[in-house]
Amino acid sequence: MMSSRRPFLRSLCGLVAGVAVASVIGTTDARADVLASVQQAGTLRVAVPQDFPPFGSVGTDLQPRGYDIDMARLIGKELGVKVELIPVTSTNRIPYLTTGKADLVISSLGKNPDREKVIDFSDAYAPFFNGVFGPEDIKLAKAEELAGKTIGVTRGSVEDLELTKIAPATLTIKRFEDNNSTISAYLTGQVQFVATGNVVAAAVNDMTKLRRLSAKFLIKNSPCYVGVAKGETALTAKVNAIIAKAKQDGALNEIAQRWLNAPLPKDL
Amino acid sequence: MAYQFDFTPVFDNTGLLLTGAGFTLALTAVGAILGIGLGVVGAVCRAWKLTPFDRLFGVYVEVIRNTPFLVQLFFIFFGLPALGIKMTEWQAAVLAMVINLGAYSTEIIRAGIQATPRGQIEAAESLAMTRAQTFKHVVLRPALAKVWPALTSQVIIVMLGSAVCSQIATEELTFAANFIQSRSFRAFETYFVTTAIYFVMALLIRQLLMQLGQRFVVGRPR
Repeated sequence: MMSSRRPFLRSLCGLVAGVAVASVIGTTDARADVLASVQQAGTLRVAVPQDFPPFGSVGTDLQPRGYDIDMARLIGKELGVKVELIPVTSTNRIPYLTTGKADLVISSLGKNPDREKVIDFSDAYAPFFNGVFGPEDIKLAKAEELAGKTIGVTRGSVEDLELTKIAPATLTIKRFEDNNSTISAYLTGQVQFVATGNVVAAAVNDMTKLRRLSAKFLIKNSPCYVGVAKGETALTAKVNAIIAKAKQDGALNEIAQRWLNAPLPKDL
Repeated sequence: MAYQFDFTPVFDNTGLLLTGAGFTLALTAVGAILGIGLGVVGAVCRAWKLTPFDRLFGVYVEVIRNTPFLVQLFFIFFGLPALGIKMTEWQAAVLAMVINLGAYSTEIIRAGIQATPRGQIEAAESLAMTRAQTFKHVVLRPALAKVWPALTSQVIIVMLGSAVCSQIATEELTFAANFIQSRSFRAFETYFVTTAIYFVMALLIRQLLMQLGQRFVVGRPR
C-alpha cells in the first residue's frame, strides 16, 4: 500500500487538478508574484500530508511531524517568514495549490507529465524509491549479483513486477501476501534480501533492531518535489536555491537521517 | 458496463496452475501418510493409557485442535527461527500439515480402537495370537475400518487447508492462483478455475482413499 503510493489516486488527482486549474485560471494569473506576496505577508502557507508517515503524520502531541513538515519549516526559515501548515490529502493537494489556498505543496509529491501540465516543480528534495534491501555487510550493487540468492517481495506490488523483469534466472523470488509477511521473512532470516520501498524499510528500521535493512540498489525511482503554482518562476527559483543550499550544508541530509534512517542519496 | 469475462490469462498459465496442483497433491500425500502414522501412535497411547505418553498426546491434541492452522504454520515458519530452527517453506508446510492431521487422526483412530470390545482382544489371546498379530488384526484393522470415512474426510480437509501455505510463499495451487490474479487482475476467472481444480482433486482423493480402504482396510483379507 505504502510502496505503491496510491497510483489510482495519483491519476485521479491529476484529473481533478486539471479541472480545477481550468476553472480558476483567472485567479492564478491575478496573483502574479507569490514570492513577493509571501514576503509581504510574512507567512508561507504550505500544504503538507498528515496521513503518510514518515513524510507527514500527527504525533502523540497532536502536532504534525515528518519529513515534509521539516522541509516546510526549513524553507520558511530560509525565507525569513512564518510557516502555516495546511493538512491535505493526496487527492486535494494539487487543487490547494491551483486555487491559491497554498503557496507551496510539500506533500511527498512525485513528478509526472500530467501534473507538469498543471503545476511547476522544484528540484527533488526527498528520495522515494523501490529498491533491494539487505544486511549491511553484504555487498550488492546490481541485479545480476542476485544470482543464486533468495529474495522476498510482496506479491503483485510494483517492486514485484519490476524485479521479475530484471531478475537473473537463478534468483529465488519468494512472493508473500503482504508487506508484513515479506518483512517478517527477512527479519527471521527466511530470505537474504527483500525488495520494498525505502519508506517501508525506514519504518521497519525504526521499529526493530532485529536485522537492519540497508539499501543495496534501486529498482524504480520516483523522488519527491515541491509543487509550485504554474508560472511562479521567482518562487520556484528561490525554493531551488534553498534546496541546493540545504543539500550543500547538510541540513537536508539531517532531515533524511531523522525520518528515513538513511543518508540522502548522492544523485538526488 | 457489464463485466467482460476473459479466461485467456488463466489458460495462458495452465502450466503454473497444474504445477501448483501437483505440489498440493504431493504435500497432501506426504502429510497424510506421516500424519496418519502419527495418529496411530497417538491413538494407541491414548486408548491404552500408556503413561506418560497418553498425557503428552492429550496435551498435543488439545493444543493443535484448538488453534488455527494458519497460526501454527506462522509459528513454525516465522517463530521457530528465533530458536535457531530454520526450515524452508516446504519443510514448514509439511511439518504443519503432519502435526495438524496427527492431532485430528489421533482422536479419530482412538474412537475406532475404543469401539473394539475388550472381549475380542481376549479372544485373540486365547487363540495364542502374538501381541503383534493381535494388534494388527484385532485392534488396528477393525479400528481403521470403522473410522475410514472420517479419516478420508480429514485428509481432504487438510488438503484444502494447505491453501494457506501460500502465505509463507509455498508455491502450491493457491499460490499459483494468487500469482496469476496479482498480475492479470482476473479474480473471477482465476479463482473459478482454481475452485474447480480443488473440487476435482478432492473427489479424486476421496475415490482413491475409498479404493485403498476397500482393498487394505475394510475388505476381508484374501
